[in-house]
This record gives sequence, C-alpha cells and structure tokens, in this order.
Amino acid sequence: MLKYINLILFIVSVIVAEVLELLVPDSPLHKSSRYPYFALLLLGILIVYLLRVAVNRVKTGSFNLYNAPLLTGVVTFLNILNLVTAKFAFLPTLYFPTLDAVFGTLVEDRELILKCIGYSMGILSSGVGGGLILGFFTGLGAGFNKKIAYWINPVIRILGPIPATAWIPIMLIIFPTSRSASAFIIGISVWFPVTVLTSSGISNVKNSYLEVAATLGSSELEKIFKVAVPAAMPSIFIGLFNGLCASFVALMTAEMIGAKYGMGWYVNWQKEMMCYANLYAGLIVIAVLFFIVITLLFKVRDKVLLWQKGVIKW
Amino acid sequence: MVNGIRFENVEKIFYTPSGEEVHALNGVDLEIEEGDFVCFIGPSGCGKSTLLRILAGLDTPTKGSVYLGGDLVTKPGHDRGLVFQDPNLFPWLNIRDNVAFALKTRHIYKENKAAVGEMIDMVGLTGFEKSYPHQLSGGMCQRAAIARALVGKPKALLLDEPLGALDAFTRMNMQDELLRIHKKEKMTMVMVTHDVDEAVYLANKIVVMSARPAKIEEIINVTLSYPRDRNNSEFISYRSRILKVLDFAGKEKEPEYNI
Repeated sequence: MLKYINLILFIVSVIVAEVLELLVPDSPLHKSSRYPYFALLLLGILIVYLLRVAVNRVKTGSFNLYNAPLLTGVVTFLNILNLVTAKFAFLPTLYFPTLDAVFGTLVEDRELILKCIGYSMGILSSGVGGGLILGFFTGLGAGFNKKIAYWINPVIRILGPIPATAWIPIMLIIFPTSRSASAFIIGISVWFPVTVLTSSGISNVKNSYLEVAATLGSSELEKIFKVAVPAAMPSIFIGLFNGLCASFVALMTAEMIGAKYGMGWYVNWQKEMMCYANLYAGLIVIAVLFFIVITLLFKVRDKVLLWQKGVIKW
Repeated sequence: MVNGIRFENVEKIFYTPSGEEVHALNGVDLEIEEGDFVCFIGPSGCGKSTLLRILAGLDTPTKGSVYLGGDLVTKPGHDRGLVFQDPNLFPWLNIRDNVAFALKTRHIYKENKAAVGEMIDMVGLTGFEKSYPHQLSGGMCQRAAIARALVGKPKALLLDEPLGALDAFTRMNMQDELLRIHKKEKMTMVMVTHDVDEAVYLANKIVVMSARPAKIEEIINVTLSYPRDRNNSEFISYRSRILKVLDFAGKEKEPEYNI
C-alpha cells in the first residue's frame, strides 16, 4: 500500500482539482470559455500517465512511479492557480486570465500559432546551422594555424562580446528582409561561442595523440579531422550549447522588433492587443519548443560523446 | 641488414628560453640489425628518449642522420610503430576501432580487416573489442597500444618506457608478452627504459648512455638465451656490469646506521 502512496496522491490531487473546477462557479469577472479546457487537460494528464505506468508495468514487470510526485506538484500548482484566477479572481482579471482561456488559446488559435512556430524554427535552423558551420571552421583554423589565429583572434575578441541583439537595428537596414536579418543575428550569436570553444578545444588536444597518428601514417587532413576534431568534440558541444541558448534570446528579440511572424512577434503582438491569455499560451509554446530543441541537442551529444560516459559529465 | 637502423653522428641541441644551449645528444653512432631487441638505458637527461624520437621522426637531429633500411629518416611514418609510456589510445574509439585506426588512416582497412582481430587476439584482448579505453586497466590499454602500433606491419617497433607506468606484476607479464611478439613477428624492437633488470631480461643489445655529456657509454651484447632467468648468475653479472657503467654499484656508501 505504501508503495503506491505516490500514485494515490497523484490521483487524489487530480480528483480534487477536477471537483473544484467543475463545482465552484467561475468568477463573473471572467468571460466564460467555449469548452472546459482545464478540466479536459487534467483528465488528459491523468489518463496518459496511468496508461504510461500500465504499459511500463507490462513491458518491464514493475511499477515505475518516479514521476508521480512531480505530477502531483504540477496538478496542485495548476489547481491553486485556477482557484486564484478563475474561481475567486484575486488577481486583476485582465493580466491573469483563466486557465481555460490560456489552454483554450492553444486550441482555438492553433493555425496562427503553428504558422509562427514554423516561421521561428525556419529562422532558427538556418541561423544556427550557418553560425555553427562558420564557427566550426573559423575555430578550426584558429586552433590549428598560428597565422589564422593572429588575424582571427582580435576579431573574435572585439566583435564576439557584442550581444547579438545589439546588431538588430543595423541588420534590419542592411538586410532586404527581416527574416534574413534575424537569421544573420542568430548566426552571430552561435558563431561566437562555437568559434571560441572549437579553437580552444583544438589547441588543447594532447600533442601525443597527433604524434601517435603521425607514426601510424596519418596525413595532415586525417590528423585534423580524425584525431583533433573528435578529441575537441566535447568542447565544441559546449560551444554549441552556449550558442543555442544565446540564439533563443536573439530569435525572440529579433522577432519582437522587426518580424511579421514568429513566436516572438506573436507574444509581443498579443501584448499590444491586450490578449494576455494568448500571451501566456505563446510563452508555453516557446518553452516547449526550446525544451525540445535543447533535448535534441542532448540526444545528439549523448550519441556523439558516448565514449565520454564516466569521463566528463555536463 | 635490409631493415637495419643506422645512427650517424647524431647530435641534438636544445635551446632554453634564456638562449642557453643544451646538448641532448653528442655525436651518437650506432648500428642496429634487423631483428635486434635493443634497449637504451641511462639516467634521466641522457638523451635516450630524444634518440628514440629522432628515430621515430618526431624530432629532427641538429646534426647527423638516421637511416632505416638505407632510407634517411626525415618524418614520422608507418614503417616505425611507436608506443609511449602513456598508451595514448584515442578515448573516442573503442579498442577495435583504435587498432583499426592504423589501417583506416592509410586507407588499407578493407583488404586487411582480418589483421585487426588477429592482432587483438595476439595481445590477449579478445572480448574487449567493444570496450572504451577508460573502461580498461593500464596494462590492457598498453596491450591495445602495442596492437595498434603493430597492425600496420612496421619494420621496427619503438617503445618509449612502455611499461614504466605499470605495477610490478603486470610489468613482468608484459615483458614476456613483448618477447613473445618479438619472436613471432621477428621485427626490430628498440626500447627506452631505466630499469636495468628489464633491459637485461629483454634485450640482446643494451646501449648504456650517460648524461652530461649525453652520449653512448657502452654497448653490451647480451648472449643469454630466451627465456631468461632473473636469478641466473650470468644475468646478475650483466646487471652489475651495467650498474657499474652507470656508476651506481661501485660507489662506496656510508652505512646509514651502525650497530
């Protein structure tokens, strides 16, 4: 019985939240929503989690309730939020809409949101891709060749620390479209950390690795791409991680200032329209989106840096 | 003498940051015949590692030249396998890929695939092909490093204190391993060590070197047959002879305590 206490607590928390949501009427200060989105969401969380536990039980033969306390916390938090906003309207209703309205936006405004996601991801991928490739090769050059380092390092030191967002005003003038300007700014924000950490990773490669490769008959190119680059990979990934985080900032800022689509634009526009429910929905979408991107990076890293398990962790 | 090694008046001068000259090697002349197992022994600073690095092509002599099988040594190449004290396995490759690297980097892997497995088998690492270097012990890593140096069939295997970091038991074990490989592959082996016993146990030619000035003091041919007995009286006399040349054994010492 004690073993399942976490699961029971979770189910109880959902039931309590559902009962309060369905029995206590919303404050008349709020507009009513078309569907009971919050109640459906809670039900959805409950069903999906129970299914997952059941499937896991069949697959592995044991109950895995690791996430139950966390979900109990989430449901309780939403429950309190629901009481404070929708039920009793303790907070100004304009800025703190009901959860029904927030989750409802995700459903009712999905077409525009999807379009904005596509737009943002398009810019992000071209910007990050370009910045990564450029940063990798400048870092490689600076790490390997003293002459390249002589010319590149001052550029990195002077231009690198300028926050990518500070370029926005000038880039919006230089580039023909706000889209290409945003991509370029994201590129800059990724380029800097990738260059610095690639170059430092390459110059920190143990010289004896290169000597071993030389005695095994490796050509210069083989030494660079088969020895130095894999050895520097952990450092390169840290650069990419930093760059990706910086690129989120650059993307949002660029879209808020100059774009006509995208999640940054969406959030900013909804604020100007005083649609705060849509604004919160936009923030949820942004959080999920960037969570997915970072998770993807970690998945790739775990694959590429499999050999590091037990050596370095971050 | 097809694949013999010849050092001709090899001199190496390093410069300290303050511009002082340091003579790491003074006019070394040495002939090594194909199939020899040669040990360089001497105190630290006698230039034995420098001599090996020049042979490997990783350092260039200030004066003089080195020939392998009649060809002047100018840069590192796959005809001389090198094993360092630190195994220096690539941590991002598993054991099999580390060994295979020697073939892949020369683009001769496809036609020699079988050699990788054979070599891993010979150094006794069968079953550990998929392990990563950090999962293995120091001795096992050094075996893998030897396999990697040998798989490309070099003319000579150069060993720079390869057993220096191993514990005494693993060390003796690996010495026998080296002798077995030497016998099987019939290749020239040149090893730097500062362990006199190791030198007498392994080599048929011991090059005793001295520091300041860094030069060859004496070349001793060891005529004992393999496998050698470390307690054999001849073994012991070789040892004391080397120690005498190195100027350790002969010294009259003050007793540390009196009764």
